[in-house]
Amino acid sequence: MKEEIDVLEQAIGSEYKYGFVTNIETETVPKGLNEDIIRLISQKKNEPEWMLNWRLKAYAHWLKMEAPDWANIKYPPINFQDIIYYAAPKKKKALNSLDEVDPELLKTFEKLGISIAEQKRLTGVAVDVVMDSVSVATSFKQQLAEVGIIFCSMSEAIQNHPDLVQKYLGSVVPMTDNYFSALNSAVFSDGSFCYIPKGVRCPMELSTYFRINAENTGQFERTLIVAEEGAYVSYLEGCTAPKRDENQLHAAVVELVAHKDAEIKYSTVQNWYPGDANGEGGIYNFVTKRGICLGERSKISWSQVETGSAITWKYPSVILKGDYSVGEFYSVALTNHLQQADTGTKMIHIGKNTRSRIVSKGISAGKSQNSYRGLVKVAKNAINARNFSQCDSLLLGDKCGAHTFPYIEASHPSAIIEHEATTSKIGEDQLFYCRQRGIDTEAAVALIVTGFAKEVMNQLPMEFAVEAQKLLAISLEGSVG
Amino acid sequence: MLSIHNIHAAIEGKEILKGINLEVKAGEVHAIMGPNGSGKSTLASVLAGREEYEVTDGSITFLGKNMLELSPEDRAREGLFLAFQYPVEIPGVSTTNFIKTAVNEKRKYHGLEPLDAVAFLKLMKEKMQLVEIDKALLTRSVNEGFSGGEKKKNEIFQMAMLEPKLTILDETDSGLDIDALRIVASGVNKLRSSENAIIVITHYQRLLDYLQPDFVHVLYNGRIVKSGTKDLALTLEDQGYDYIKEAFGATAQ
Repeated sequence: MKEEIDVLEQAIGSEYKYGFVTNIETETVPKGLNEDIIRLISQKKNEPEWMLNWRLKAYAHWLKMEAPDWANIKYPPINFQDIIYYAAPKKKKALNSLDEVDPELLKTFEKLGISIAEQKRLTGVAVDVVMDSVSVATSFKQQLAEVGIIFCSMSEAIQNHPDLVQKYLGSVVPMTDNYFSALNSAVFSDGSFCYIPKGVRCPMELSTYFRINAENTGQFERTLIVAEEGAYVSYLEGCTAPKRDENQLHAAVVELVAHKDAEIKYSTVQNWYPGDANGEGGIYNFVTKRGICLGERSKISWSQVETGSAITWKYPSVILKGDYSVGEFYSVALTNHLQQADTGTKMIHIGKNTRSRIVSKGISAGKSQNSYRGLVKVAKNAINARNFSQCDSLLLGDKCGAHTFPYIEASHPSAIIEHEATTSKIGEDQLFYCRQRGIDTEAAVALIVTGFAKEVMNQLPMEFAVEAQKLLAISLEGSVG
Repeated sequence: MLSIHNIHAAIEGKEILKGINLEVKAGEVHAIMGPNGSGKSTLASVLAGREEYEVTDGSITFLGKNMLELSPEDRAREGLFLAFQYPVEIPGVSTTNFIKTAVNEKRKYHGLEPLDAVAFLKLMKEKMQLVEIDKALLTRSVNEGFSGGEKKKNEIFQMAMLEPKLTILDETDSGLDIDALRIVASGVNKLRSSENAIIVITHYQRLLDYLQPDFVHVLYNGRIVKSGTKDLALTLEDQGYDYIKEAFGATAQ
C-alpha cells in the first residue's frame, strides 16, 4: 500500500513545459509602488487625464485596505514594493501587422503552441496577445471591424474609445471592490477590450493569450467585454509563465456586461507556472472576474480549467439583474504538489425568474489543497430564482485536501436552491484493475480524471477542450501509482 | 504456456503460498479448488502482479518470458487476463471507452495501429453477441451500479475483447444465480480454443459442470496437495474439504 502511494506521488510529478524565458528586450519602470510609479505608467501609455485620476483614486483606496485572509490558502505576506509594475517588450514603432512583431516574440508564442500567424491562417480565431504588461498583437482586427466589433488592447481602447471605457470600466467590479481589484485599478497595464454592437453575433472565437516573461514583474491586466442587445460572443483566455524561483503576482480584473438578450461565454485555461514539487516559485493568482446580466434574458457563462499557479484565488461571478437572465459557472480546478486553490463563484439573483447553474470539479493530488467556495444569493425581490450546484472532488493519494464551502443566502421564499456534493478518491483497486487490462497508471489516471471532468470539458470550445484535456493529463503525470 | 515453479509468496511478512508448481499448456483448462484461506486468490494476485504480494522464492515463466519481471500492465499486454472476483467500479469512465483504451494499449505494445472507431464498434458488436451482454451496460460507467451478474458478464466481455492467451477466472461463480452462471460459463466456453488456456479458481463444483476442466488441483495451506481429472472435483463435492484437511492437514503444516 505504502509503496503504491509513492508511485502515485511520482506520477504527479510532471514537468512544466512552458517554463522557458524569452530573451527579449524589455522596458520596465523601477520596482515599487507609489503615486509616481502610477503617474509613470499612465504617462508611458500616453493616457488621458481621467484615466490617471481613476488610477490614483484606486491607489488611495488600496492604501486603506487590507489583504483578505478568509480564503483557505497560506502564503507569506506579499511585499508590494518588491514588484515591478510595468514591463513591456521594447518595440520601435506602432505595429500594423504581425509581420512587424519582434521575431523572438513570435517564436515564444510558437513554443507555446499558439503561433499567432498560424492561428490566423488556419483556425480563424482572433487572438490578442499580452506579454508581460502590454498587448503585442491583435489579429483579425480588420475583419471584426467590418461587422462593427471592437477587439483591441485596453490601451488602445482608452485612446480610441474613451466613451465606452469610461462608461463601463469599473461598472461591474468597482475599484473599491476588493484589495486586489483596487491594486489592479491603480496599476493595470493592459488587457483586452471587446465590444459587440447590437444584434451582432461574433463570427469567430475571440482569444487573449497572457504571458508573464520578465523577472520580478507582476501582471495586472484588465479585460472588459460588452455585449449590446442581442449580441453574442465567445471569448477564450489562456495563460502561461516561465519557471522562476520567486513567486510572481498576477492580479487581473475581468468585467463582462451583457445587455438584453445578449450572451457572453467566457472560457479560461489557466496554466500559470505552479511552482516546483517543493513549492518553490509559482504565480500568485488573485483574480476578480465578474459579469453582469443587465438586460432581460441575457446570459453569462464562465468555464474555467485551472491547472496552474501556486495560489489561485478566483471567483468568476454573475450578477443576475435582468429578469429571466441566466448565469453559469463550469470549473475544473486541478492542484498538485503544494499548489493551493480557493476558487468558486458567486451567483447573485436580483431580477425575477433568474436561473444559475454551478458545476465545479476539484481534483487534488500531491500535498495540494483545493477548495470550492461559492455563494448563491437571492435578493428579496428575486421571485422564482432557481439555482443548481454540483460540487465534486476527486482525491489522488492521501496527502492532499479537498474542501467545499457553499454559502446560501435566500431572501425570497420562492427560491429553489439545490446543492449536491461528492468526494471520491482514485483508489489502488481502480488503478490495479486498469493495469490488469493493460492500461498503465498514468493512462488510468488520465482516463479517470477525464471522465470526472467531462461535464465541464464539454462546455469548452472544441480546440480549447482538446488543449485542456492534454493539460490535465500533463499536470498529473507521475501522480498515481 | 505457463510454468509455475516452486512459488513462495507472502503478504505483510506472512507466507501464504508455500511452493506452488503448475504447468499449463495451450488449449487446457485447469481448475484450482480449495477451502477458504488456502491461497487460491493469492495465487491469482501473484500471477496478475499485485504489488502487495511479495514473491520470496520460485519462478514463473509465461510464454517464454520471466513473468515476475513484468509489470502488471505488461503481463496483461502479453496476454494475461484476470477476471476479478470483485470487479472494480470506475465512475465517470464509460465501459466502452475503458475497453477501447485497453484494446489500443495492448495493440500499441505489440506495435499495431490503434483500432479506429468503426473497426472497434464492429469488434464490439461481434463479441457482445458471443457473451450475451446488454448494450446499455457498455455506455454506463465501468461496473458502476452493475448487479453482481452484470459485473461478471462485463468481465467475460472484456475477456472476449482482449483475446487473452491465458485467463484466470477468480471465483467468477461467486454471487451468481443459476441463469447468470450459465450465461457466463457459456461465454467462456465460446472463447475457449486450442490457442488459449484458462485457470478456473473456484470453491464449488457447479461452474466446473459447465466448463469441464482438463485438470483439477486442490490447493491447501499454500500447496497443491492433489491433482487429478474432473472426477476429483466431484469427489470433493461429495466429501467436502474436510477430507483434504484430514488427509493433508498434518503434512501441510
